Amino acid sequence: MASTDTAAQTQLLSGADILVQSLVRHGVDTIFAYPGGCSMPLHQALTRVSDKLRTILPRHEQGGAFAAQGLARSTGKVGVAMATSGPGATNLVTAIADAKLDSIPLVCITGQVPTGVIGSDAFQETPMVEVCRGITKHHYLLTDVNDVARVMKEAFLIASTGRPGPVLVDVPKDVQLASCVPDWDCKLNLPGYNPAKPEAKPEAIRQAAAAIKRARKPVIYAGGGVILSDASEELRTLVKKTGIPITTTVMGLGAYPGTDELSLDMLGMHGSVYANYAVDQADLLISLGVRFDDRVTGKLEEFCKHGKIIHVDIDAAEINKNKPAHIPVQSDVKYALTELNKIVEAPEDISDWVAQCKKWKKDHPFTYDKSYPGITQQSAIEKLWQMTADMDPVITVGVGQHQMWAAQFYKFQKPRTWLSSSGLGTMGFGLPAAMGVQAAFPGRLVIDIDGDGSFQMNIQELSTLVCEKLPVKVLLLNNQHLGMVVQWEDRFMRGNRAHTYLGPIDKPEWHGEGDGIGEMDQANRYANFVMIAKGYGCGGAYVDKPEDLEGAIKEMIAYDGPYILDVAVPYQEHVLPMIPGGMTVKDMITE
Amino acid sequence: MRHVLSALVQNVPGVLAHVAGMLASRAYNIHSLAVGETESPELSRMTFVVVGDDNILEQVRKQLEKIVTVVRVDDVSSKDHVERDLMLIKVQADKADRPEIRELSRIFRGRIVDVSPDEMMIELSGQEKKIEAFIDMMRPFGIIELCRTGRIAMIRSVNRPIVGEPGSDGDA
Repeated sequence: MASTDTAAQTQLLSGADILVQSLVRHGVDTIFAYPGGCSMPLHQALTRVSDKLRTILPRHEQGGAFAAQGLARSTGKVGVAMATSGPGATNLVTAIADAKLDSIPLVCITGQVPTGVIGSDAFQETPMVEVCRGITKHHYLLTDVNDVARVMKEAFLIASTGRPGPVLVDVPKDVQLASCVPDWDCKLNLPGYNPAKPEAKPEAIRQAAAAIKRARKPVIYAGGGVILSDASEELRTLVKKTGIPITTTVMGLGAYPGTDELSLDMLGMHGSVYANYAVDQADLLISLGVRFDDRVTGKLEEFCKHGKIIHVDIDAAEINKNKPAHIPVQSDVKYALTELNKIVEAPEDISDWVAQCKKWKKDHPFTYDKSYPGITQQSAIEKLWQMTADMDPVITVGVGQHQMWAAQFYKFQKPRTWLSSSGLGTMGFGLPAAMGVQAAFPGRLVIDIDGDGSFQMNIQELSTLVCEKLPVKVLLLNNQHLGMVVQWEDRFMRGNRAHTYLGPIDKPEWHGEGDGIGEMDQANRYANFVMIAKGYGCGGAYVDKPEDLEGAIKEMIAYDGPYILDVAVPYQEHVLPMIPGGMTVKDMITE
Repeated sequence: MRHVLSALVQNVPGVLAHVAGMLASRAYNIHSLAVGETESPELSRMTFVVVGDDNILEQVRKQLEKIVTVVRVDDVSSKDHVERDLMLIKVQADKADRPEIRELSRIFRGRIVDVSPDEMMIELSGQEKKIEAFIDMMRPFGIIELCRTGRIAMIRSVNRPIVGEPGSDGDA
């Protein structure tokens, strides 16, 4: 053993081998990588560690990077994607920006043209670091093979500590090919970065506990930070100890059991009536790992107008950014909650308040038109939830109406089981993200609830699912339209259809005429997703009758391999409730 | 409100672009930005003049601190400090005007660094207000060209209670 160690310490390695071995040393077991001219040495090196590190070939670099996100979001580990220079690299950009807004730990490695020709507009040259400056947590352009081991160490540290985020490592081809003896124990060069978790000051915790004790109408507002800091248990303890109702953001779904009676579900633009009422009336808002996003707050001045705000966040820059905090607590959420739980006492008497919240919840549940003769999106999601709740599935979504309905009607019980592109709102997220989850959890049920618009933005990954044997299931809520935009057209633009129909231009629906669906049979719908599925080698079926839905879902779950269930749904459904952008709870539309 | 922030940054390629890009993308109003090396070859110093209320200042500072290559950020204007700006200015100076320009330069403690038959170049350093006053004085002669470094600033070793203008140093 000792002798091999010594050998390893004096062996010359290429930059590509050092980089790839760094991945292995950081515990990476799966990478999503698409090769090209300037990343070929890296791919050659990947073949030399194939026993420890699985390389999955996506069919588009964006798919690869979202798969890496899927892995990161579901496991909490750093996701890794790789692409070649130029177009390969720029295809990662959307997923990098997405990871930045949702604070997902990601290391993206891109090939770059050789250092000698950088700046000469060489073939497939893009100044990737320049492109990514504003959308990464940090970024590197490697110019010396001696820096590879250190930069990789720094990249993983930065991506995974503090407020997580994406790190780009751009590696010119000559650096990949050059050799040196790597110093695996090298010192980091990060004088401006402190990876230690910030810990709340005892005084801040005491203030928070005192405010909770005095509160008459408290509400907990929990977000993605709770999940990122693995503080879901501590959150549950806090609710148990205090009996305070809790609402979560889209990113926070799963941090608290969706079926619990104190859960007010999601708040914000498409949040529940009861969550928005509760926050509006609250005298204390206990904000945990959230950033007062505009989709949550609407008009900032009116949001939680009567309440004091406790704001716990790991990122100092989030505190007082959008909404001033009365009790600012810069801290890792898990640490703050652990400390708070030691001293917190239940508020003196909030039974009337809790009863009021429960009454709102009873009076204004999420609802939909149950008289519709066909299948509605909401009923399909509700059915899926009822059938799979006990199977410990991971659900991914695209972006749009189906995403919001999934957030409303699928009741998540555990963190890291709901994956949604929340901040950036990237259509096409669902399928590749599910692919990454399935790679991390081969035996688990992974379902992408998708819309026909989003699904087609990364539909090519069906190929990866088949070839890499990743049995992801897709519940495709197919309404032939870009439903969320249609909804806004209906509400705010007199229903004028402006390129929101996804079928052929000679159909009346293209102009917003006709019934919007055509005949409810597969032949009249575009595209034929079952045929596409089968073309790729997936299973697939079409369903349009409510009585067939349960059987169809059963068949999908039982299928040995990836599967697309094309569900015909109407486009006229609107996601409700809705607080139009920049408005307040008083402007909430409920029908 | 006008604030002077001073950031110690790692002397690595791209750090200026990173900082400038962050400030631009978050729409902060930066009046002046000066960069230069420090006593340590690994570190550079950036000095910003930011205009905005205390909330904006707090956000700028926190967003700067989040940049990995930014080592430390100081709010210089909250302490007793010295602030300087360096200017080179070229003015029209025919024979008749030269004595007056020379006299004004002397009053402002500037230095005449180049003279030609009908132009003069003057070097002047000092506080922003002084520099601006000098520019106003030169305007009637005809300013041909002007360039300034942007503000640099340093906190005084002994911080005395601030009397009058922050950064006031009695220089001209």
